[in-house]
Amino acid sequence: MVSKEEPGEPAPPARAPRSDRSPWNWLLIVPVVVPLLTFLYNGDSPRLGGIPAFYWMQMLFIPFGVACTVIVYRMTRKRG
Amino acid sequence: MASDHITEIVIFSVLFLLVSGMGFVAARWRKAETLDNLDEWGLGGRSFGSWITWFLIGGDLYTAYTFVAVPALVFGAGAAGFFAVPYTIVVYPLVFLVLIRLWSVSHVHGFVTPADFVRARFGSPTLALVIAITGIVATMPYIALQLVGIEAVLKAMGVHGHWPIIIAFVILAAYTYQSGLRAPALIAFVKDLLIYLVIIVAVLYIPAKLGGWGDIFDSAQAKFDASDDPGDGILLNGSNQLNYAMLALGSAMALFLYPHSITGVLASKNRNVIKRNMAALPAYSLVLGLIALLGYMAIAAGVTPVSHNGEADGNTIVPVLFDQMFPDWFAGVAFAAIGIGALVPAAIMSIAAANLFTRNIYREYFNRDATEKQEATVSKLVSLVVKAGAVACILLLDPQFSIDLQLIGGVIILQTLPAVGLGLVTRWFHRGALIAGWAAGMLAGLALLYQIPNPDKGKEHFGGSAYPLSDFGFDTKMTLYVGIIALVVNVIVAVVGTVVCRAANLEDGRDATREADYLADENDPKIKEIEMTAST
Repeated sequence: MVSKEEPGEPAPPARAPRSDRSPWNWLLIVPVVVPLLTFLYNGDSPRLGGIPAFYWMQMLFIPFGVACTVIVYRMTRKRG
Repeated sequence: MASDHITEIVIFSVLFLLVSGMGFVAARWRKAETLDNLDEWGLGGRSFGSWITWFLIGGDLYTAYTFVAVPALVFGAGAAGFFAVPYTIVVYPLVFLVLIRLWSVSHVHGFVTPADFVRARFGSPTLALVIAITGIVATMPYIALQLVGIEAVLKAMGVHGHWPIIIAFVILAAYTYQSGLRAPALIAFVKDLLIYLVIIVAVLYIPAKLGGWGDIFDSAQAKFDASDDPGDGILLNGSNQLNYAMLALGSAMALFLYPHSITGVLASKNRNVIKRNMAALPAYSLVLGLIALLGYMAIAAGVTPVSHNGEADGNTIVPVLFDQMFPDWFAGVAFAAIGIGALVPAAIMSIAAANLFTRNIYREYFNRDATEKQEATVSKLVSLVVKAGAVACILLLDPQFSIDLQLIGGVIILQTLPAVGLGLVTRWFHRGALIAGWAAGMLAGLALLYQIPNPDKGKEHFGGSAYPLSDFGFDTKMTLYVGIIALVVNVIVAVVGTVVCRAANLEDGRDATREADYLADENDPKIKEIEMTAST
């Protein structure tokens, strides 16, 4: 493997080292945990348009998961 | 009889051939100078943007088999079959941060397969071989299941026998050979367009004909009340709730360990494409949820699965539902959607399996100095062998066998999680301990699966993936997903093994990656290219 830090190479521009760390990442845990808590939605009522809660609530978790992921993406996007 | 289904067969065939033509033309799409290297043939030039990646990964993960098997499961067992929805919700936030690291390190080092990464990270060709073989073994039955999906559609049109499947796969093999990953990427557009069209029409049109959603669920409830299986019903019960959550989580952790899903990820052009896709891919889950509900519509419509030679094929319930509900021409479109839905994943899976063989077996053990062209040639040929093998699985063995194998496949691919998944986050594990953990997890998983019977199908072994807790001595009816139990065994052995190996001062492999490699993006220098310029 050839090292990239050879002596003749120009020094990298001075800026903070890259990182994927961000407190916003913790938000990703919410859409992972919530759909696994079966007791939250394992019921028939209230029905929505005839569909039991078990089904429409899990379908509702989809846009919820998307929202959380989009927030994390936008808040951690690199500038420049 | 097939003669009753002429309109459907004609529309199905025309759309199928049209798409096959696109597969051949795809070689010229976003044309590269040459398709004679794996970056171009196997990864489409690593240049796909957000849209193409969305269609490609989506087309890859939501397969024809999903479209027939998930509603079939809901038809048979009710709520327990709906696990596919939480599974595909949980997966994207779960892998969001990990996949961008995999993309970066693969971009810098030119990795094509997950085993390439393991090889460099842990400096162990043996561990890489183990990961590669696990990937190939888990993928093969998955490809065979795509054929089961096409077969279900053909049966609903009254077409029995194996010739249509063989022809379909010969065409598929030919254009994958020629165009590589570009073929499924291009076809995925058509597939999704058709699937979305069919599903939107289905969920608006069929419930209206059946008297509304309320009636559909009530007739499903009535069916499950009448059955003597304690596990079914339109809601979960005390015994299968925990299994439902574990199956969803376990399947989610397994999904991006499958080599074919990683192929889709590595083919994208930068990190942002992956991040955006992790947010956008759940759109497919919405479709999947609606497709799952087709199982209840089939109950309400009184669908009986197609029987051939006295054996009812549960996988035919959605095709039969479409056949009963839709006018012939639209049923033809719907069948084509499922049939084409089989081609995209089958192509990507065979490419991924071929790449594993080429990079981690051929190059590692047979030809260390393989040129890029030799690699591409081997991969192309192996992709043909893989597809022939999948067809043979269906023709020579009971298709049920493929379904059992796929069940096992999910459990065994999970055993690569410590090396591939945790390896992306930490270099703490010792290579020897990872191999030991893998072996322990495999043994535990297979031993548990072997003990699970399926009385409905008259099987004593490999009857499902839900292991009763009472067998561990607990006084409960609850069941657990075998994959996660095996993974726990795997991780414990890997952790204890690492501590032991370090204490015994056993030699560990060298990590060829650096922390910065995991954060690299599109325009960062690649070690692969530096090496090449250095050697010429």
